[in-house]
Amino acid sequence: MRLTRVVAAAAIALLLAGCATAEATRTVTVFAAASLTETFEQLAEKFEARREGVDVRLSFGGSSRLAEQLAEGAPADVFAAADDKAMAKAVQAGVIDGEPQRFARNRMTIAVAPGNPKKIDGLTGLRGDVVLVTCAPEVPCGRAAQALAANANVRLQPASEEPDVKSVLGKVAAGEADAGLVYVTDVRAAAGKVDAVPITGADAVANAYPIATTREAAEPDLARQFVEFVLSDEGQRVLRDAGFDAP
Amino acid sequence: MTRDSTLRSGLRSPRLLWIPAAAGLALIVLPVAGLLFRVDFARLPELLTSQASLDALELSLVTAGLSTLLCVLLGVPLAVVLARVRRGGRVLRAVVVLPLVMPPVVGGLALLYLLGRNGFAGYLLDVVAGVRVPFTTAAVVLAQTFVAMPFLVISLDGAIRAGGDEYERVAATLGAGPWVVFTRVTLPLLLPPLASGVVLSFARALGEFGATITFAGSLQAVTRTLPLEVYAQAEADVESAVALSLLLIVVAIAVIVAAGPRMTARVTEGARP
Repeated sequence: MRLTRVVAAAAIALLLAGCATAEATRTVTVFAAASLTETFEQLAEKFEARREGVDVRLSFGGSSRLAEQLAEGAPADVFAAADDKAMAKAVQAGVIDGEPQRFARNRMTIAVAPGNPKKIDGLTGLRGDVVLVTCAPEVPCGRAAQALAANANVRLQPASEEPDVKSVLGKVAAGEADAGLVYVTDVRAAAGKVDAVPITGADAVANAYPIATTREAAEPDLARQFVEFVLSDEGQRVLRDAGFDAP
Repeated sequence: MTRDSTLRSGLRSPRLLWIPAAAGLALIVLPVAGLLFRVDFARLPELLTSQASLDALELSLVTAGLSTLLCVLLGVPLAVVLARVRRGGRVLRAVVVLPLVMPPVVGGLALLYLLGRNGFAGYLLDVVAGVRVPFTTAAVVLAQTFVAMPFLVISLDGAIRAGGDEYERVAATLGAGPWVVFTRVTLPLLLPPLASGVVLSFARALGEFGATITFAGSLQAVTRTLPLEVYAQAEADVESAVALSLLLIVVAIAVIVAAGPRMTARVTEGARP
């Protein structure tokens, strides 16, 4: 009997605590492409610092999967994708509010072990005994890799096609793969764990990153403010520092 | 009320349990039903016969079959030794069930850090024999065996300990050596629980995802098994992912049916610690 009373009291206390915190903080949920991980974490921190009691909740993943989750009703206020095709999927599903705006561009590069021990000198160097890892063609970084290979007339033979760009980077950083096709920004974010070998013609297939608020946003004002912040001078500076190009 | 009818009503499950019981059943049945509603039956044949789907199905059946075989070859001796060990049985048992309670992704990482290029075994294999395990079909089989073997060992271990060792004692008093006792007495007695262990480990191997994608990667016809293909297709073509999920469910049901109702009962008994 006493135990029941204790449990009931605890439950009530928890409920009250839940209400109290729900009143104090407002949460804006942002779905963002995996390649935006470090940048958006920084942006969210700056955004939160300006606003009392505002919490930015970030969910990173392959853009196509995030678009799919949005279409299935995942609760998000903002969606930032790594290419137009992934954003178009969300627009088509009718979950995007208004017109998506481009906020950055990103180029592909070859991530290799520090010091480039395999002496890889470009796309044409990705053959023979080089263990190559790329993104799956279903996600933006995979699409970009295929476009690059087609332009350069190279046939890529990856040992694995990973579900998102951070998995590719992880395989190279762990030393399991000799080379991985990732974004310029991923190599910079990896801070010395991998080196970059530039790809000629990477500019031609640079991804444009679109951002938009969602139709069913729980915090439409905050969502709009976050998008504006990403597009603002300060937001753009963070993106530029991370290696992104202007949209 | 007679004592008899009181006894009978007392043995019925209390009505109060029916509500959560129904909710529990619904939790299993409804998601599967939800998936069925999403299946595009008109496109089903085309989706299931695409090269990527066929490659994934073939790879899944081959790797799950091979890893089940490995589970039997390694798991049966392990279970027999485990059940008869005098000291340290508890610790050993805890070690054996580790892959059961460990997230498969962690298992994949563990395999990678042992057999990857920078793992000590992987490094030795590469230098001495020129063999690299990650990103190969062999890596898929290893990952599946890692997660599936505990099911087989536990089924057998439970059965051996529940069965006692009377027959073995009799055989031994009649002059049979350890090997003869094992092959002529222990093994035949183990066939029924072994069958259920095989079904369980095959099913677990077939569904393996986390350890595989971490350790073996994902490449069509080499390492992309059905669950990985479902995951990849969910990015591009959801209809295709749904169709493949249906295929996996059909295979799972086929396994249960092939096992038969008696075996299902035995599987659950075997799984009881």
